[in-house]
Amino acid sequence: MKILVFVNHVPDTETKVKVSADGKTIDPAGVNYMLNPYDEIAVEEGLKLREKSSGEVVVVSLGTDANKETLRKALAMGCDKAVVLKDSSPRDSFGVARALADYAKEYSPDIILCGKQSIDYDDAQVGGLVAEMLGLPSISVVVNLDVTDGAIVAEREIEGGHEIVHSRLPAVIIAQKGLNQPRYPSLKGIMDAKRKQIEERVVSAIKPRVEVLAMKKPSAKPPGKIVGTDASAIPELVRLLHEEAKII
Amino acid sequence: MKIIAFAEQRNNQFKKTAFEVVCAAKTIADELSAELVALVVGGNVSPIAGELGKYGASRVIVVEDSRLQYYSTTAYAKVIAEVAQQESGQVIFLSASSLGKDVAPRVAAKLDAGLATDCTAIRVENGDCVATRPVYAGKGLTDVRITSPVKMFSLRPNVFSAGTPSSGAATIEKRNVPLTDADFTAAVKEVKASSGKKDVAEADIIVSGGRGLKGPEHFAMIEELASTLNAAVGASRAVVDAGWRPHDEQVGQTGKTVAPTLYIAVAISGAVQHLAGMSSSKFIVAINKDKDAPIFSIADYGIVGDAFEIVPAFSAELKKVLGK
Repeated sequence: MKILVFVNHVPDTETKVKVSADGKTIDPAGVNYMLNPYDEIAVEEGLKLREKSSGEVVVVSLGTDANKETLRKALAMGCDKAVVLKDSSPRDSFGVARALADYAKEYSPDIILCGKQSIDYDDAQVGGLVAEMLGLPSISVVVNLDVTDGAIVAEREIEGGHEIVHSRLPAVIIAQKGLNQPRYPSLKGIMDAKRKQIEERVVSAIKPRVEVLAMKKPSAKPPGKIVGTDASAIPELVRLLHEEAKII
Repeated sequence: MKIIAFAEQRNNQFKKTAFEVVCAAKTIADELSAELVALVVGGNVSPIAGELGKYGASRVIVVEDSRLQYYSTTAYAKVIAEVAQQESGQVIFLSASSLGKDVAPRVAAKLDAGLATDCTAIRVENGDCVATRPVYAGKGLTDVRITSPVKMFSLRPNVFSAGTPSSGAATIEKRNVPLTDADFTAAVKEVKASSGKKDVAEADIIVSGGRGLKGPEHFAMIEELASTLNAAVGASRAVVDAGWRPHDEQVGQTGKTVAPTLYIAVAISGAVQHLAGMSSSKFIVAINKDKDAPIFSIADYGIVGDAFEIVPAFSAELKKVLGK
């Protein structure tokens, strides 16, 4: 089975957002980057599929040399091959999807996996865009996946429940937390990953369709009211919720 | 100019987000002097289509097919894109619900449209739509505009007002979009509802518990408080990762971003990832024994004290006041 996983290199969840001088992006100073947590789940699922059916897992990321750190993490987890598609110009999800879809078309995988969204721009678009560009079915926010003889049964999260979706390979599977518990790279995996070559390709820039006009931080809330220090404060809290907030 | 509002339904009933989307689209349509067309897709939806008139849609297009009773990514994407093309819709609004998030990118690719997802505000500036969308799980806010001829916006549920239903009426037009088996390559076969459980993404009130509760068994008091308030139960990442609560209850950067009317955080210190997911709640109550916990910096009302004593007292008082 040819398994292709898209991964993104994103500021880690501890990041405190500071807006850069251009007023449109975050200031990267002091920011640590990580493998996007949802993509890590996609990598794990790819590895599990390979363990079940043999084949190879190729991991691909769009960005710069910095993305190699994230690709090495995926290699250390056990992926067979890593590719960085290089372009440092700003892209929206459409531009990202275009480059990834072009690569996928050439590689012709049986299954494409990615996370439900990158935790930087929270766009939640790339998986669906790639699937449509390639004319493949897609299933998003997947928390349970079974692939047997090319038939897919996936469970996806919806408000207040789950949907059971049937499809067939080749397809794009978009991972949600809960699908699996990503493994930690083994020491051997980390050592092996250091020796593996990361293929580099230069891709041409695409003008974004979604233009960021400005980025700002949400306005800070004025400090709230400490109502008390024990259960005796409860009647006052309930009164405030009733009279001030008019909720109950 | 024509604006299309996709009004989502499940089981032939509109979701609240459908009214939010139609109402927001109507406001923008009026400002742009554009025509608003609502679109309803499903198995048997003509009987409900007229309801959209009360929220500002004067024209509703209905696409009905028994195979559309359950959601299908590929078929719904085809129907929405075809109707948008037939109508020459230049702006398309839908909800950033689980269905909307799934279908929107596919429609965008079909229409070669730019898509701004999960918008929390939208306005008109110089004849163009400018949307506000949170990034980094709400740690930042961006203003965006779309430069392609067809523009799509998905709106975060619970943030836009559905307005007050008027006595407005709509003309209903049935539209046939021919579908073949090839259009159902990914299709829902079964829907499993979580038994009586409210989802944090849709709830008006959320009661969340954190690691300070010391063990999964202590979520009983969180559940009791939630049931008293008819609220959903939420959880911090720490307790989900510890296996105390299911992941679909997780609020925060790697969980769900929520904007309820009332968010009650119990024994949650308020890590930056958690705050990012709930800080746009309209009212926040924090109960924590650490007076320096970051959660108090965004709480409207706080009690610095022992959750094990305070939460049961809170439930008891509410039952008294609400007459339960």
